Amino acid sequence: MAVTGLFLIFFLLFHMYGNLKMFLGQEVYDEYAHWLKVDAFVPIFPHGGFIWVFRAIVLAALALHIWSAITLWLRANKATESRYAVTTRLEQTYSSRMMRWGGVILAGFLLWHLYQFTLAPTNESPYAAVSEAFSQWYFVALYALWLIAVCMHVRHGFWSAFTTLGANTSAKAKLVLDGLAWIVAIAIYFGFILMPVAVLLGWIG
Amino acid sequence: MSENTINITLRVWRQPNGHTPGKLVSYPVKDVSTDMSFLEMLDLLNEELTVKGEEPVAFDHDCREGICGMCGVVINGTPHGRGSSPVPTTTCQLHMRMFHDGDVITVEPWRARPFPVIKDLVVNRSAFDKIIQAGGFISVNTGAAPEAHAAPVPKLKADRAFDAATCIGCGACVAACPNHSGMLFTAAKITHLAMLPQGQPERHLRIKKMIGVHDALDFGGCTNIGECAAVCPKAIPLDVISQLNRDLISSLFTRDGK
Ligand code: FES
Repeated sequence: MAVTGLFLIFFLLFHMYGNLKMFLGQEVYDEYAHWLKVDAFVPIFPHGGFIWVFRAIVLAALALHIWSAITLWLRANKATESRYAVTTRLEQTYSSRMMRWGGVILAGFLLWHLYQFTLAPTNESPYAAVSEAFSQWYFVALYALWLIAVCMHVRHGFWSAFTTLGANTSAKAKLVLDGLAWIVAIAIYFGFILMPVAVLLGWIG
Repeated sequence: MSENTINITLRVWRQPNGHTPGKLVSYPVKDVSTDMSFLEMLDLLNEELTVKGEEPVAFDHDCREGICGMCGVVINGTPHGRGSSPVPTTTCQLHMRMFHDGDVITVEPWRARPFPVIKDLVVNRSAFDKIIQAGGFISVNTGAAPEAHAAPVPKLKADRAFDAATCIGCGACVAACPNHSGMLFTAAKITHLAMLPQGQPERHLRIKKMIGVHDALDFGGCTNIGECAAVCPKAIPLDVISQLNRDLISSLFTRDGK
């Protein structure tokens, strides 16, 4: 759970870096996309080979992440014999409470996201495809909402992953991890939403 | 101290035994002194029930001074019922001055598969004993008490070990956990011994065995929610779980399991 989760956060940050290249114009962005999909590390990998290796690793991480989540979910259900008539939570955050159902929602959106931009892009040029999508306000709104779910998941996930790996060793370490989790979540939010908003407002695209 | 009395309504979980389904039953309790502890208030109810010829409510208790870990019920959805008060407490140390006249108070037993209900509010917590048993022995010489300076312990480690050792094994952590994980309890025991020289020889073996039994007893897995530490009457911090994870990870890389 922790290791695959952190890897997926790393992937998100990298994805965000790629998205931000939209600001450098069509040529740079399309070139970057082309490099990733065709030319990356060519003498080592065959043409278009690297992207498949990379996709396989990300998908494997995702699969393991989901498998661990299901295992934990089933164990929690097994450990719950009956439910309380009244439950008052003292500490639980909304993000931590929504890790499971939130995760399911994220997975659903992810399928649609992959369909929209990877499986059935509307344009040969990735730059044009992205611009077309985000010049419609409802796509931007949908992504803004989806990103809130992503960042909530990342906020609890980041701190929780480091705790599972043994980094939460004192009250101070907890503050630091919590702070870092917030910073990463907020950075991901703004890093991702900046480009669609810029497209919508006509600054780029 | 001026004595106030309040009238409350209790909704208590009544269950004759482990095989029969239970239900919440309402009982009005009148003239409860606010100086009473929660358990004394239950005593008052039981006296009335006995006089009326009804079965009294079964609940666990022993020391009534917050040190034995026998007592423990879920009060208005919070194990031990500290509610909005910042002070961690056991049920026996919770006082009726925390409540107001006319309050409806729901009282339920710990609910988790590893803690089956025996009767009413009493649950069987021997699953915790099994985790402790799995931990096994520590290697110390028997005989006269050793010279205190023979095994120096740094102050910070001694303090951490002591804080973890204050766990009274009441089970509130499991009752509060959305996953019903026994991780805070197990981690408190692990941290307690891991900080001390006496705990070192079997350190890695101990954690593997304890976690193995914890999982086999159908406790859930920890997802770092923090409810356990919030209800712990001894304020055992969540960071003991990170200590446990550290030790577990390093135990995977030791060849002989030691
Ligand atoms: S009765 Fe001993 S801790 Fe409450």
